[in-house]
Amino acid sequence: MTAQVASESKLISEFAPRRSFLARFLHWEWMLVGLILVDVFINIRLSPYFLDAGNLSRTSSDFMEIGLMMLPMVFIIITGNIDLSVASNMGMSASFMGLLHNMGVNIWVAALAGLLLGTLGGLLNGYLIAKVKLPSLVVTLGTYAFYRGIAYGFLGDHAARGYPEAFTYFGQGRVFETLIPFSVVLFLVMAVLFGLVLHRTTFGRYLYSIGNNENAANYSGVPVARIKMILYTLSGFMAALAGLILAARFGSTRPDIGTGLELSVITAAVLGGVDINGGKGSMMGAVLSLLLIGLMRFGMGLLNIQGQVQGIAIGLLLILSILVPSLIRGISTLGRNFNWRSLVSVAVFLLISILFFIFFFWSRAPVIAGA
Amino acid sequence: MTTHTSSMRRSGPSNLLWTLVRFREAGISVFILLLMIAVTLRAPAFLTASNFEDILLNISILAIVALGQTMVIITHGIDLSVSSVIGLVAMMVAFVVKQNPEMSVVMAVVLGMALGAVLGIFNGLIITYGNVPPIIATLGTLSIYRGLVFFYSQGTWINSFELPQNFKMLSKGIAFGLPNVVIFAVVVAVVVYYFLNHTRTGRDIFAVGSNPEAAQFAGIRKQRIVFLVYLLSGMLAGLAAVLWVSRFESAQTNTALGFELQTVAASVVGGVSIGGGVGTVPGVLLGALLLGIIQNSLTLIRISPFWQLAAQGLLILIAVISDKWVLSRLERVKK
Repeated sequence: MTAQVASESKLISEFAPRRSFLARFLHWEWMLVGLILVDVFINIRLSPYFLDAGNLSRTSSDFMEIGLMMLPMVFIIITGNIDLSVASNMGMSASFMGLLHNMGVNIWVAALAGLLLGTLGGLLNGYLIAKVKLPSLVVTLGTYAFYRGIAYGFLGDHAARGYPEAFTYFGQGRVFETLIPFSVVLFLVMAVLFGLVLHRTTFGRYLYSIGNNENAANYSGVPVARIKMILYTLSGFMAALAGLILAARFGSTRPDIGTGLELSVITAAVLGGVDINGGKGSMMGAVLSLLLIGLMRFGMGLLNIQGQVQGIAIGLLLILSILVPSLIRGISTLGRNFNWRSLVSVAVFLLISILFFIFFFWSRAPVIAGA
Repeated sequence: MTTHTSSMRRSGPSNLLWTLVRFREAGISVFILLLMIAVTLRAPAFLTASNFEDILLNISILAIVALGQTMVIITHGIDLSVSSVIGLVAMMVAFVVKQNPEMSVVMAVVLGMALGAVLGIFNGLIITYGNVPPIIATLGTLSIYRGLVFFYSQGTWINSFELPQNFKMLSKGIAFGLPNVVIFAVVVAVVVYYFLNHTRTGRDIFAVGSNPEAAQFAGIRKQRIVFLVYLLSGMLAGLAAVLWVSRFESAQTNTALGFELQTVAASVVGGVSIGGGVGTVPGVLLGALLLGIIQNSLTLIRISPFWQLAAQGLLILIAVISDKWVLSRLERVKK
């Protein structure tokens, strides 16, 4: 009983001072703005093509599918859950639309059917998580394979192509003869909507309370199960929408469309300051981190760095974004906890890393030279 | 709330909980048996020795990595980087073996395990000393290690003809009537079983996973245990990498891409709780076996290869749901 009261009062104290709540996140958001500025500055110095409006416009649409899936993912992670199935759901919906299109169905009917299937996929996730009460990681790991498998089942080794121009506009079109891609406008509108829901509605407050303490939220009358159902259904819908945009951008659909994007989506959300343990995060941070990742990848692409090697930078950024603050905290308390043993272990680990990388380059050299 | 076998033996209503644990492994065994009967009725070729050897060959590497994954999940963590560890170690070992064809096979195995352990140490350091949540840390190293594969090899790969014969025989040679890679999996399973159930450190892994605070009060150095499980997971992934190169006779930049989810699936289907503190070696082996049988039988009963992934995903979901159903039934009986 006392524990419950304590956790509830903790919940209240987390939310009562609204300004300090905002101030805490502004900190990380300014950090992201600073990183974006540094990245832009470095890239301008390195490549004359970086500030080209046409390039920036083209590259921005590359990240909108990730962005669309990231919006509901922010909600889900704030409640302390996860959705690994988004990219597979995206593939399933886009493949279903492609299959119907190949069978001669009107493209708009096919697109609606794709959206519906994706939403149903999200609903199934939500049902298993909220009603059957299985862990979200396990359920979405299963549907990750299931939905991608259905995508292969639909299209096999065929591709769907020949979409009408009115449809490909959603992926390739520009708004009002400007350079701004339609998908960017769609994403920004959606981001504002999701941001308002998260930060200005009761529903949004509920998400934080579920993430902070699901039991406490449940006992305080928050409809936890219904909210989870809504979140996963929404996530399914947005994944399907992203799938249609991606299919429209490529002008074709293959069943492996968007494979592996779920990790980019989660990376963007977490780098934006959304706590993977739930209860913390802001929409602004997530959108800024998407911008940062997009600009970094674009800049590295201009320098002819392979996509997978770019992954090193993104992965480092993801880890460092959490590692650096906690290391700073650790160093500031070092004076109190200092002992020789920890110094020895640091030295051992440094030695191991140095040996590893010496071996890394030594073993690589002759084969690379021979090739 | 989560309890484990040995603490159950000591605690009060032990008999019922014991049956529960036994029943959980019985549950998946029954599921496997039913599946086997159903498949045999459709395709008699399923129930042959050579087919079973095939299945065992296919799941051995998965089982080795899944056992490492299991130790991590028992501490309430997850290691998503295993597939990239396999990819990177496979490439590095293949490069070294290509340059030194006369190198002994044992050395190659030791080298792979050492390299894997170092990559696991990086994970462990980031998670314990850096206070980074495991899913974030290993998601990061998943893409970092995979990026290093490309950086290391510059996009080239090692082909079968570049590998010496004795190295290729490492997985395929026959000992005690079974392929070596199966023997490796059995040895790893026995060692992990002994380690988890009969050593102090092994018991500490369960303690850390089921109640970290209580474990701390009991004098268990939590950070050390967590560090250790990532090291072990990396080391087993390194061993799997050597076997992988030997079995498939090549190291490519996309070796084991996506394999991390299979290892998590094998653990979870085998009854390892994602919330930590619960998991058994026989359960995980059965989980890996189930995944292997599903894959094998879908081919035998001629389900279009394009639908096989969907069927696999669906069967994983069914296994997890039925496990949950059985558990909730048992809890109702207990009340």
